[in-house]
Amino acid sequence: MALDSQEIRVSPGLGARILDGGRRFLDGDVFHSFRRSPLTMFAAGVTLVLFLVALLAPWLAPYDTLNLSSINLMDARYPPIGSTFDDNGFIVEADPRFLLGTDEQGRDLLSAIMFGLRISLGVGFASVILAAVFGTLLGLVSGYVGGKIDSVIMRVADIQLTFPAILIALLIDGVSRGFMDAETHQAFKLPILVLAIAASQWVNFARTVRGSTLVEKNKEYVQAARVIGIRPALIMLRHVLPNVMGPVLVIATLTLAIAILTEATLSFLGVGVPPTEPSLGTLIRLGQGVLFSGMWWLTIFPSLVLVILVLAVNLLGDWLRDALNPRLR
Amino acid sequence: MFAFIVQRLFQAILVMLVVGIISFALFRFTGDPVNNMLGPEATIEQREALRERLGLNDSVPVQFINFIGNAAKGEFGLSYRVGKPVEELIATTLPATIELVFVSALMALLIGVPMGVYTGLKRHAALSRVFLTVSLIGISLPTFVIGILMILIFGVWLGWLPTFGRQGVVDLGVWQTGLLTLQGWSHLIMPAFTLALFQLTLIMRLVRAEMLEVQRTDYIKFAKARGLRNRAINYGHALKNTLVPVITIMGLQVGSLLAFSIITETVFAWPGMGRLFLQAIQFVDIPVMSSYLMLMAFFFVMINLTVDLLYYAVDPRLRAETLGGAAH
Repeated sequence: MALDSQEIRVSPGLGARILDGGRRFLDGDVFHSFRRSPLTMFAAGVTLVLFLVALLAPWLAPYDTLNLSSINLMDARYPPIGSTFDDNGFIVEADPRFLLGTDEQGRDLLSAIMFGLRISLGVGFASVILAAVFGTLLGLVSGYVGGKIDSVIMRVADIQLTFPAILIALLIDGVSRGFMDAETHQAFKLPILVLAIAASQWVNFARTVRGSTLVEKNKEYVQAARVIGIRPALIMLRHVLPNVMGPVLVIATLTLAIAILTEATLSFLGVGVPPTEPSLGTLIRLGQGVLFSGMWWLTIFPSLVLVILVLAVNLLGDWLRDALNPRLR
Repeated sequence: MFAFIVQRLFQAILVMLVVGIISFALFRFTGDPVNNMLGPEATIEQREALRERLGLNDSVPVQFINFIGNAAKGEFGLSYRVGKPVEELIATTLPATIELVFVSALMALLIGVPMGVYTGLKRHAALSRVFLTVSLIGISLPTFVIGILMILIFGVWLGWLPTFGRQGVVDLGVWQTGLLTLQGWSHLIMPAFTLALFQLTLIMRLVRAEMLEVQRTDYIKFAKARGLRNRAINYGHALKNTLVPVITIMGLQVGSLLAFSIITETVFAWPGMGRLFLQAIQFVDIPVMSSYLMLMAFFFVMINLTVDLLYYAVDPRLRAETLGGAAH
């Protein structure tokens, strides 16, 4: 029993540790610089709201636009609240049931945007996490092990950097279509998309982590760990990794913006998410098709949400980069 | 110098080889080319004859060498979708893309550099703030959204410019140009500006940063102390030195202009190579895909090689560094 109580004193419980971490965060430099930048706080607020909307879309959205039976063709072509729409000489008034109007099938645009945001953010997050995990691991191994493995990984990274990310993502999608029949490809469309975006973004993580690993590798704690005979894999994961994670967070935030844009672009080009799960990019593509009939809202509102989302995430990323960079303080 | 060139050449060849292998693997191992070309009704004899004619019975390394050899001669096979030789398709779409990219690059330089110089010299002027804000928007807006906005404003609402396609084209034999007629330009101007906007903001920010940096250097202070006119200092000394990185960046950006032309061409239904590639992806038209891929890789490698060598020729510090840092 005595041993037990001692254990508790030495390592406090999880709850206490989180509380302590939270207190330290609120007192820390990072939070301080956050409080001093109104633009960043605004961007964080916007991002948070958009995240929550995406997360709670099934409960927040007025209509379930993913369920085709809930759509009524009689509701088609309503303009957004406060405007009228000249449908071939037939003036359509806005309907209060549809805040942002409806499309040609009678789908509520506001609900469609909420579900679209959910898919855009979901694909964005999944690809960033995948790219971060693979990029960080490859960078860690490349920097720590060095030698031939390092040259191979970095040469691949160099070659890939020659090509713009969007081309790499398009290529992976194209190759996967070549190797699978149409049905399989349709079924695996979302995972392939995530993989394609991740594959076009891992290089930044790998290069940065490799750079910091090269620095950490020669520090005393790593040498000490090596001397007492800890396996290299364990040294990398338990000792070096926590010390090179700072920049990864910054790159991940900035990459999230790029990933969201890449997904939107691919979906806009018609090679992204499946049509049954329209993302913001898909909505913009559908909107462009009816632009000439004067239904401007179907393009403008999804574009606006996309731009606001990307801008807010970018601002957060920029701020985080400056806040975590000790040289700028 | 020699070692540097050899190293760069080696890397260029490596890239081309890797892309060649990917293209070949795509071409050879996805689906059955014989099925794709003859359709399901063909007899076994017909199939066997075509297999022999296409060289599909040779060993894989021999096929690879033949594939690369044909590609080097400009023969890329038949498109599955339209049944024409791929080189013919590329020949009809390449001029459209090259003109689009060329005019965009020119726009980016001719608008971006003066804007950058102005914002660099007059940091606190109201117009500088406007330029910087606009450039922030330019960077945040995705290419296709810019294109759609331009179509909505200038095509649908104002009705000033045509919104899709490429017309007013003059056939010069090997090259079909849209740059000789007013109609051709009216079709080109919106896609070109859409494509240019991102590069334009990039160049503007780069020139601005370089101008601010150069203002702090000793030789500018010394030039001021000597009593040279502002004009001579700003344009004769400062601007000249900021242009070296601009040229490098612009060279490298030509590659991304080529890639982003896929998006612009889709938005404006511009009959270029990017659109051809996108259609090839959607129809799984492997020969077109693999030849586009190789052509792009070739362009990119050539651009990078040229920029590297140019940079090396222009910047003496780089030469010193390679000599001193040979061990690293």
